[in-house]
Amino acid sequence: MVVAGMATLAAGTYALRLSGQLLRARISFPPRAGKLLEAAAVIILAALVATTALTEGHGFSGFARPAGVLIGGVLAWRRAPFLVIVLAAAAATALLRLAGVR
Amino acid sequence: MGSIARTLGREVLRDIALTCLAVLFIGLSYGAIAVASGFPLWVPAAQSVLVLAGASEFLFIGIVAAGGNPLAAALAGLLVNARHLPYGLALPDVTGPGVTGRGWRRLAGTHLMNDESVVFALAQEDLPRKRAAYWACGLGVLICWPGGAVLGALIGSAVHDTGAFGLDAMFPVVILALIVPDLRDRMTLRAALAGAAVALAATPFLPAGLPVLLALVAVLLLVRSRPSGAAPEVSAAPEAGAAPEAGGEKSAGAR
Repeated sequence: MVVAGMATLAAGTYALRLSGQLLRARISFPPRAGKLLEAAAVIILAALVATTALTEGHGFSGFARPAGVLIGGVLAWRRAPFLVIVLAAAAATALLRLAGVR
Repeated sequence: MGSIARTLGREVLRDIALTCLAVLFIGLSYGAIAVASGFPLWVPAAQSVLVLAGASEFLFIGIVAAGGNPLAAALAGLLVNARHLPYGLALPDVTGPGVTGRGWRRLAGTHLMNDESVVFALAQEDLPRKRAAYWACGLGVLICWPGGAVLGALIGSAVHDTGAFGLDAMFPVVILALIVPDLRDRMTLRAALAGAAVALAATPFLPAGLPVLLALVAVLLLVRSRPSGAAPEVSAAPEAGAAPEAGGEKSAGAR
């Protein structure tokens, strides 16, 4: 039963990965629609940032993680190097937890 | 591989390597949690290679460990992975027949599609670099995610608390850092913020995966405001509009 579930998840995920590409290859989109599709991916990614930073399950994730992500976001906006952005976010989150902030 | 490295340059490769390292750490906690929940090592090992999509695997393990039906857990995981369909729409030629070839290359490249490989591809300017970034990051994740999962399953509870190192902040910040250039476009930023707000508002009520899809309603903000290129701030004639455009952003607000 577990194996059937694993196989379903693996095959279904592959189908999802493939179907968007096949759709795009079959239908010819005008350039503007292409831009919109790319913007749609950015919107999903932004929503993913917000939900993974601020929520855990169906509730609030606590303050330490979003605070770290916010610091990383400010650094990214100021064009800091990628390495600095990512390590600063993790370090800020870790330090806040060390200080007792959840 | 050599040509991927040459196309991308050292900086992007280093960023991809760091991202893959973060993926490895998350994989450690995944493997550890799976084993701690009573699964044998081969379950997270097989999942990490065959599914290769972290959030859905965490969810699958969690539901089954809690006594849920594995097929229901698979459907919940597929809901989480539904965002790969719009990803495929957004990245037409990255694994397509254009440059990477047909047949097995496309089939293999499709499996490498994940948040990280997609966001690195979107962040590059031209198609050869998009393609190289997609493959480099995708292959890196293919090594690091299962590698981390197996290692975590072996070490077990020793790596249970990744929160202490702030590792849970790494995934959102990696994605955020890579979409910031897109967010400098004011219309995109507005749509992204609206979409994020919708997803956050929906999270308490909807199953995992649906909130980020619901964020797509924010695309309407772009459809409505850009159809004829008549949006006021974008359409200004290049010569006439260039001067106030550059410094205008802040001073307009100040007045």
